[in-house]
Amino acid sequence: MSAHPDLAKLIFGRLTLDSLPLHEPIVVITFIGVAIGALAVLGAITYFKLWGYLWREWFTSIDHKKIGIMYMVLGFVMLLRGFADAIMMRAQQAVAFNGSTGYLPPEHYDQIFTAHGVIMIFFVAMPMVTGLMNFVMPLQIGARDVAFPFLNNFSFWMTVAGAMLVMASLFIGEFARTGWLAYPPLSDIASSPDAGVDYYIWALQIAGVGTLLSGINLLVTIVKMRAPGMTMMKMPVFTWTALCTNVLIVAAFPVLTAVLAMLALDRYVGTNFFTTELGGNAMMYVNLIWIWGHPEVYILVLPVFGIYSEVTATFSRKPLFGYASMVYATVVITVLSYLVWLHHFFTMGSGASVNSFFGITTMIISIPTGAKIFNWLFTMYRGRVVFDLPMMWTVAFMITFVIGGMTGVLLAVPPADFSLHNSLFLIAHFHNVIIGGVLFGLFAGIYYWFPKAFGFRLDPFWGKCAFWFWVTGFYFAFMPLYVLGLMGVTRRLNHFSDPSLQIWFQIAAFGAFLILLGIISMLIQIGVSILRREQLRDVTGDPWDGRTLEWSTSSPPPPYNFAFTPRVHDHDAWWMMKKHQYQRPIGGFLPIHMPLNTSTGIILGGLSFVFGFAMIWYMWLVAALSFAALLIVAIAHTFNYHRDYYLPAEEVSRVEALRTELLARHV
Amino acid sequence: MSDISSTFPADRGPSQALVFHETKDLHPENGTLLGFWVYLMSDCLVFACLFAAYGVLGREYAGGPTGMEVLEIPTVALNTTLLLLSSITYGFAVLEMQRDRQNPMLVWLVITGLLGAGFLTIELREFAHLIAEGNGPQRSAFLSSFFTLVGTHGLHVTCGILWMIVLIVQVLKKGLITANKRRLMCLSMFWHFLDVVWVGVFSFVYLMGVLP
Repeated sequence: MSAHPDLAKLIFGRLTLDSLPLHEPIVVITFIGVAIGALAVLGAITYFKLWGYLWREWFTSIDHKKIGIMYMVLGFVMLLRGFADAIMMRAQQAVAFNGSTGYLPPEHYDQIFTAHGVIMIFFVAMPMVTGLMNFVMPLQIGARDVAFPFLNNFSFWMTVAGAMLVMASLFIGEFARTGWLAYPPLSDIASSPDAGVDYYIWALQIAGVGTLLSGINLLVTIVKMRAPGMTMMKMPVFTWTALCTNVLIVAAFPVLTAVLAMLALDRYVGTNFFTTELGGNAMMYVNLIWIWGHPEVYILVLPVFGIYSEVTATFSRKPLFGYASMVYATVVITVLSYLVWLHHFFTMGSGASVNSFFGITTMIISIPTGAKIFNWLFTMYRGRVVFDLPMMWTVAFMITFVIGGMTGVLLAVPPADFSLHNSLFLIAHFHNVIIGGVLFGLFAGIYYWFPKAFGFRLDPFWGKCAFWFWVTGFYFAFMPLYVLGLMGVTRRLNHFSDPSLQIWFQIAAFGAFLILLGIISMLIQIGVSILRREQLRDVTGDPWDGRTLEWSTSSPPPPYNFAFTPRVHDHDAWWMMKKHQYQRPIGGFLPIHMPLNTSTGIILGGLSFVFGFAMIWYMWLVAALSFAALLIVAIAHTFNYHRDYYLPAEEVSRVEALRTELLARHV
Repeated sequence: MSDISSTFPADRGPSQALVFHETKDLHPENGTLLGFWVYLMSDCLVFACLFAAYGVLGREYAGGPTGMEVLEIPTVALNTTLLLLSSITYGFAVLEMQRDRQNPMLVWLVITGLLGAGFLTIELREFAHLIAEGNGPQRSAFLSSFFTLVGTHGLHVTCGILWMIVLIVQVLKKGLITANKRRLMCLSMFWHFLDVVWVGVFSFVYLMGVLP
């Protein structure tokens, strides 16, 4: 290589053997663990000859249900990575006292808290929310797929490419050390010359393409593909929240794209958008990124509010209290979420008037949110509440989220924020709403719709173990942070000098350990449920006595979802059908128009990963080639006009007859 | 809504039978044009951010040249004319498409593409001229935001021309089939959208930029 330094530089850019973190034992051990695990998985797939099956039935599938499930798998795998970062931080802060600096050196610790935030928001919460919307929403509106099935597959693989770049940064080079929003001037080339921030930029840009396209896709699906009779005010609440979330995605993610593009130009071209010289303005970055960042919070939480609404109504055996007010509250939150971004930096010094405006708009958001809480409570009131796992998570959410919401209103008061800004109080607050709101809701949704996706329920015993470990673990882990924050401890500290604080950090670490047990219980639960799937089998397609259309079809649904498109007369369409002794049609099937699978999505995703990686390491030749390949593959795809086929009526008949037989056997 | 039965219209009488599924083949309306429109609005937000950045940084000269010194209105006026004309010619192409006259449609499309290419050439010459004089995007925050806003528009025009070439080939291969007409309509929206953005760039960056 030394003989041709120019050639090596042309091909490998700034990537050298020194970029591999061989001197960091923690990373090396992690790598060995990951490598063994990956080899085991790949070996098993090869041994059981599953590659063809995975490729045909999953990777190239344009079925919204399978893409939804793949999003969930991605989110769960990344949750393990994000949680590993979390427990490392908790362990570090619990021991780094009395002169000890802990086991994580600062430059490593900084990468961990940055990666934790980025992964949890972009590659855990976002894929899971998108996955549930993808799986559930078309079924709820009585559609056979999304508006643009290929785009759906492509979006998923772009998200995977972004996640892979973040994972690659663990072992090749380093991740950003800037915090999860990469504020300049710290993220400028002068302060962060290494590849970390570039990993951040390209991972988010590539995943962002996927998120934006899936937002457009689901938005058009809801607008154009609802079953006949389903007017806007007859849509299930989850579909309503999905609609608002996708509007937010379309209206917020371009801002992230633009601001990261400007940061990238500063780093790659030497422009002066956010630099400290030649007229640059770093505060513009902070403004722009939060114009995306605050709606992002609602992108995550709105669909989850929809999940709680479905779960509460189903498990209280009552229609949702105040459907219309729930819809209006969702829409009001959607609009207001654009008017509050400045509360993330009251301390910037915009003056009393500006701060008051944003403080008041922030407090106003708590009104529609509070209305929602009351709607759920009144739905439960005098209902016959069944405490299955989804309902347990919903109750845990209502209690936890109200606490998080109240601390949020407290932070919205600018003078209070001046002393709590960047403190652990803030950390406690947003974990309180994101774990207690988003994550609990995702778990409720997973337990609720898992039988629909796979045809069997998840084991309740291990589910209850997971529930109690998670919920108590959450309180142990984050309530101490409120106390510490009020005492003035700031975030992102590597070690401490005041020994009286240590006990609180130790309690928090104990909480993280309980959450670890919760996650282990969930993994056991999945394993046990697969082994016991015959006992947990759902043959009816409607295991919870549900209310919306997804429960009217089989579990798992056939590829075409509905043999005949449903006609809707009211919200809670399926409940009404049951009340009217609806009889499933058993004849007269027609051929069904279906989209064809395609491998273009995964190829484009793979090329995007190569392109991003090449840009990160300044491998200009590889970058140019992979970009050209991206263009060629995309254009070639447009020359394929043969994208759909008709599933013959005999095949529909056969599938439906099997279900008729199954239902008859279990009456 | 305390009692569910009261909300169901069917409860007015048991004899009234409700239909709960469609027995005919039902195709939802194609959503491509709506989807593309939504995409354009998201793209519009990217431009909004770049306009905002220019609004914040447009007077941060950092001791370098001001807008009055580097922006040449006559050249840009010519450029604006080319782009506006190309929107009109694309409109003619769409009219011919609706009459199913393939060859006149293609001629108008080619003219549109050439006008777009002319626009790009003049823009790139302006950029090259600025960079040669040491007034590249690195010089000041004003020039950074100027190059990025105008350049992003130019990049979009480039994509539009590439797309136009691909579509010309596809129309030649497959004729004016429904799928190709839909694509031509999408590109039409894209092209007119770029025109609208350019009107903003011309007024906000160039006309206001040369004011003292």
